[in-house]
Amino acid sequence: MTLDSSTPAVKVHAVSKTFNAGSSESVQALADVDLVVAPGEFVSLIGPSGCGKSTLLRLIADLLPTTSGSIEVFGKSAAQARIDQDYGMAFQSAGLFDWRKVAANIELPLELMDYSKAERSARSSEMLELVKLPDFGDHYPWQLSGGMQQRVAIARSLSFKPRLLLMDEPFGALDEMTREHMQNELLAITAELGTTVVFVTHSISESAFLSDRVVVLSPRPGQVHSIVDVPMGDRSDDTREEPEFFEKATEIREALRAVEVGL
Amino acid sequence: MTSATVQPTAPAGQSAVLRGVKQGASILLAVATLVGLWEGYKAFGSWSGGTWPGTTRDLPVPSDNLNMPHSYDIVKQLFEPVTRRADDTLLVFLFKSAWFTFKEALLGFVIGTVIGLGLAVAMLRSNWLERGLVPWINVSQTIPLIALAPLVVTWGKSTFLSETQSVAIIAAYLTFFPVAVNGLAGLKSPDSEALELMRSYASPWSKTLFKLRFPAARPYLFPAFRLAAALSIVGTIVGEISAGVQGGIGRVVLDYAGKYSTGPERLYGSILAAAALGLFVFGLITLVERVLTRGQGVSGT
Repeated sequence: MTLDSSTPAVKVHAVSKTFNAGSSESVQALADVDLVVAPGEFVSLIGPSGCGKSTLLRLIADLLPTTSGSIEVFGKSAAQARIDQDYGMAFQSAGLFDWRKVAANIELPLELMDYSKAERSARSSEMLELVKLPDFGDHYPWQLSGGMQQRVAIARSLSFKPRLLLMDEPFGALDEMTREHMQNELLAITAELGTTVVFVTHSISESAFLSDRVVVLSPRPGQVHSIVDVPMGDRSDDTREEPEFFEKATEIREALRAVEVGL
Repeated sequence: MTSATVQPTAPAGQSAVLRGVKQGASILLAVATLVGLWEGYKAFGSWSGGTWPGTTRDLPVPSDNLNMPHSYDIVKQLFEPVTRRADDTLLVFLFKSAWFTFKEALLGFVIGTVIGLGLAVAMLRSNWLERGLVPWINVSQTIPLIALAPLVVTWGKSTFLSETQSVAIIAAYLTFFPVAVNGLAGLKSPDSEALELMRSYASPWSKTLFKLRFPAARPYLFPAFRLAAALSIVGTIVGEISAGVQGGIGRVVLDYAGKYSTGPERLYGSILAAAALGLFVFGLITLVERVLTRGQGVSGT
């Protein structure tokens, strides 16, 4: 289908999610969530633990069914978008398959989509260039550091060039410096490919640095508390030291504090 | 640029040689210990006159040469002709018998593994099947094999099965069990993120099975295969003895047990051959695992 710029990449409308509905252990994770993500936009979901941010991401990915409400991805149902491979996914653990070499890990989704062998290896080389690991295709994952493994996971999620990237705390297990490197590179890559990103994080500075908009969620049940616009243009390492960056981080922090005390 | 560092790859060639030498040395040490204990016990017995020192109480096993021949006599016997008229030495005869048993056991191992993996996949696919099958699978192993073996042979005779195929089925009865139990645990071992990843690719169940679940199950499967291989030898020998199959090591052990008083060394020789066969299949599986997982740094051994 053709896509005009007015079709949102993600449209979440009045979505609720209750786990174990109807039983005594029923837990309402999300209540009446609305969210629209424009094509090319970088949106972070932030909130205290238990606010349902990972659940919301999994609903968009159609890894979980919604209890009520509707989710559209590029104008189609979340289920159809998953079947059409409209999004790539990255998790906190790199989740590389340890029996596959790095290149074969990147090619996994391509294998499942029946790309030819030549196309697959061309694409994995291209992706390894993109994540700055051109010489590591023949290594096994255990030979790579945590940051390098996470880059491979990102290369894998982008290997079939999805228009949407769903990321669940992908840098959560990395040290601060590696993390900042990875943030810079993620922005460069998604800008180059024009990828829309929905990014779950619990780091205030990470959300402020990466995002066009930061969605602050309140817990039990998860609801959109507020949305912080971060109109800072192109980011670089200098951005991290600019007053505007600190102002935005402060704004997000205050929203989170308000959430904590239940305002 | 990169703040990350590459961990040095282990110098594979050198460490493999070193590992081989170490393994060889530990096997030699184990054999030497065993021989030492054996001969030590014999020396102790002949010194004390076959009783605990200072008492008239007999030692648990008489240490005379009939009950416990010298280890060097056992080795010497291996190089004697197996019968007065035969050309083969006992060693060659035992080797041929062991090879015969190995072929039956291999068939039993393959049948048991296929059934075990089939059950594991079926139980993975359906909780209902898992709940229904697990009790039966456990009960199956509480029935003494030796009681079941003649029945299988009798059934086999009335169908198209040859005697050796019946023996293989008896062996499979033992081998399927660890494969099914560990196989199921291994197939269930991928974490939820890996399964979510496959779902995000809209991967059909069968592709998730072969691209994720089976490879992830290897650390569970290879120990099960090693155990199953050793059990296939046990099952085959039991099967040979109860079915009266000629040509295998089981029959040889039985024969030499009957002729014990005229040549105990031969019985010990045949027992050593059976033990060696068990070690051989165990090592064979380990070798296959090493080759299949080379470089991946995840092998359990």
